[in-house]
Amino acid sequence: MNIRLLFNIALTLLRARIRQSVVAAAGVTFGIAMFIALVSFMTGLNKMLDNLILNRTPHIRLYNEIKPSHNQPVELSSKNHNHQNFIHSIKPKDEGKEIYNSQKIIRAIKEDERVIDVAPKITTPVFFNTGTIEIAGIINGINVPVEEKLFSLSDNVTEGKIADLAIISNSIIIGKGIADKMMVNPGDVIQVTTAQGEQAKLKVTGIIQFGIAEIDDTQSYASLETVQKLQGKPASYITDIQVKLKDLKMAPATAKEYARLFEVDATDIQTANSQFETGSNVRSTISYSVGVTLLIVAGFGIYNILNMLIYEKMDSIAILKATGFSGKDVKLIFIFLSMIIGIAGGILGLILGYGLSLIISHIPFETQALPTIKTYPVNFNMIYYVIGITFALITTYIAGLFPARKASKVDPVIIIRGK
Amino acid sequence: MSEKVLEAIAINKYFFDPVKFQVLSDITFSIEKGTFVSIVGKSGCGKSTLLYILSTMDTDYEGQLFIDNQSLYNKTNAELSQVRNEKIGFVFQFHYLIEEFNVLRNVMLPGMKLGKFSEQEIEHRAIRHLETLGIQDQALKHPNQLSGGQKQRVAIARALINDPLIIMGDEPTGNLDKKNSDLVFDIFKELCQEKKQTLLVVTHDPDFSQRTDRIIEMQDGKILV
Ligand SMILES: Nc1ncnc2c1ncn2[C@@H]1O[C@H](COP(=O)(O)OP(=O)(O)O)[C@@H](O)[C@H]1O
Ligand SMILES: [Mg+2]
Repeated sequence: MNIRLLFNIALTLLRARIRQSVVAAAGVTFGIAMFIALVSFMTGLNKMLDNLILNRTPHIRLYNEIKPSHNQPVELSSKNHNHQNFIHSIKPKDEGKEIYNSQKIIRAIKEDERVIDVAPKITTPVFFNTGTIEIAGIINGINVPVEEKLFSLSDNVTEGKIADLAIISNSIIIGKGIADKMMVNPGDVIQVTTAQGEQAKLKVTGIIQFGIAEIDDTQSYASLETVQKLQGKPASYITDIQVKLKDLKMAPATAKEYARLFEVDATDIQTANSQFETGSNVRSTISYSVGVTLLIVAGFGIYNILNMLIYEKMDSIAILKATGFSGKDVKLIFIFLSMIIGIAGGILGLILGYGLSLIISHIPFETQALPTIKTYPVNFNMIYYVIGITFALITTYIAGLFPARKASKVDPVIIIRGK
Repeated sequence: MSEKVLEAIAINKYFFDPVKFQVLSDITFSIEKGTFVSIVGKSGCGKSTLLYILSTMDTDYEGQLFIDNQSLYNKTNAELSQVRNEKIGFVFQFHYLIEEFNVLRNVMLPGMKLGKFSEQEIEHRAIRHLETLGIQDQALKHPNQLSGGQKQRVAIARALINDPLIIMGDEPTGNLDKKNSDLVFDIFKELCQEKKQTLLVVTHDPDFSQRTDRIIEMQDGKILV
């Protein structure tokens, strides 16, 4: 009852000062709207950039590195242990880059709870022949559906379809750079020469573009079977096993575990892209600090207006106190006042922020790196709206608290005597 | 013997700014229920200061004060607010209505604060008081649309809303012309006679004080006997 009365008094005082109240609320609205638009946009960008690099990179990559032989026969004899041994002529055995027992390893990893999926891959250097020129490049032999599931390759296929690789035999999707240099279009047939000197004709079914010249000038994709055939290898031949985990943070530990377990080499995404997180963090920090600054400025706006209101309403405060309203009642009235401004401004801010985000998400944005993205990326996440309104309420509460305290301490005798 | 509504015992008050000086010395008196008392004295003799103490708004004094036989000593500010709300009706010289509220709401506010009756009941009572004071047709106007005399009658209606033990006024007619002063005086007199309402009114209008039941005369912070 009392609370309702105080709330009504606050509303009435507010209505009498509607213009200033609207200005104060507009400050909050603006602060929240900018906060939401900014954070949604920035995290949208972050997500897009994540897609660009992180999502294209396996969390763990298993491979076989060609290494010097560690166990030189001369050291096997205990006699020679504490001596300097000059004979270490055993060269690395030509095991190639093949991962042995690859099928077993893939099956074992697939059963791991922590893993989303496993994609086998063959990478092999080739020459693309055009006229008398040879262009050095790489063919990635992939398992099309799994590769698509883990790395959404189709986002970067500008012409043709990734699925065709699995359907049309001896087909290849080549990087935009290679295609431009060789002046080939989908449907053309190109000739490739492997490192072993074997030649083959492959049908171009599509063009792929990552927007990074280095990659677009060298990379091409074909199915596992096509590459195995090209190299004359059996169906179990694989050079890379790519793993995606449910939790990216587990990558370094899991990589080490697999390396030990399967006796292969393993790298993890953190080691490969350590600088990447930093960029994301900097962007989020900037957008949060700008948003918070705007809200604090809005808070000062409310503080000012309430202070002014209190000076103007001294008589009313004195009369309320003289007729039996306590200091606490008066304080509540002014806190309600600021909270009404905060909530009204805040809700409008949420709506405006959503509107701004919508507008941003419709602004055209063409990038070579992501041919499938046509407008600016915006991350519509409920959590930013919750953070925005919570912070606005806290700011307005604090902004209202000090003037409200002052109002509660007004001595009616001084005001009444002062007339 | 009739019951005491208000009793002041040995009240002293000092101001320290700019120099220490005693505004009230040894004020001792009491007011019986149903009497119409006026306080008179030269300007600056301490009448307003005394009234602010009696109305519990000023707590910075020495001595003892009883309202409704309850000592106000050691009461918290919230408790004093409660006492003011429930037991004291106040009428100031300068009307002091809240501009943002219409006449009816102004009258109702202390009643709503007390919360003893429902809103409809308070509204009903407010309208009845406005009727008694002859301003029921102004109920929905805002204070700035009223004349001085009308405003003062609204203030009286507000003072009456919680059936206070005592109504206090600090020169309630000081700002009014003769006709309106008489009107306000008549209202007070009527309240006293018909409703046994206790009244304590500061005035420097001898005409006004002459017609009250009892005159307390002050000089230099003391009550003259
Ligand atoms: N806040 C104050 N500080 C110092 N002196 C004051 C203050 N308020 C009033 N006075 C002085 O106290 C005396 C009594 O004032 P007041 O009670 O208003 O007199 P009255 O109402 O009888 O005219 C005056 O001399 C006045 O100047
Ligand atoms: Mg005075």
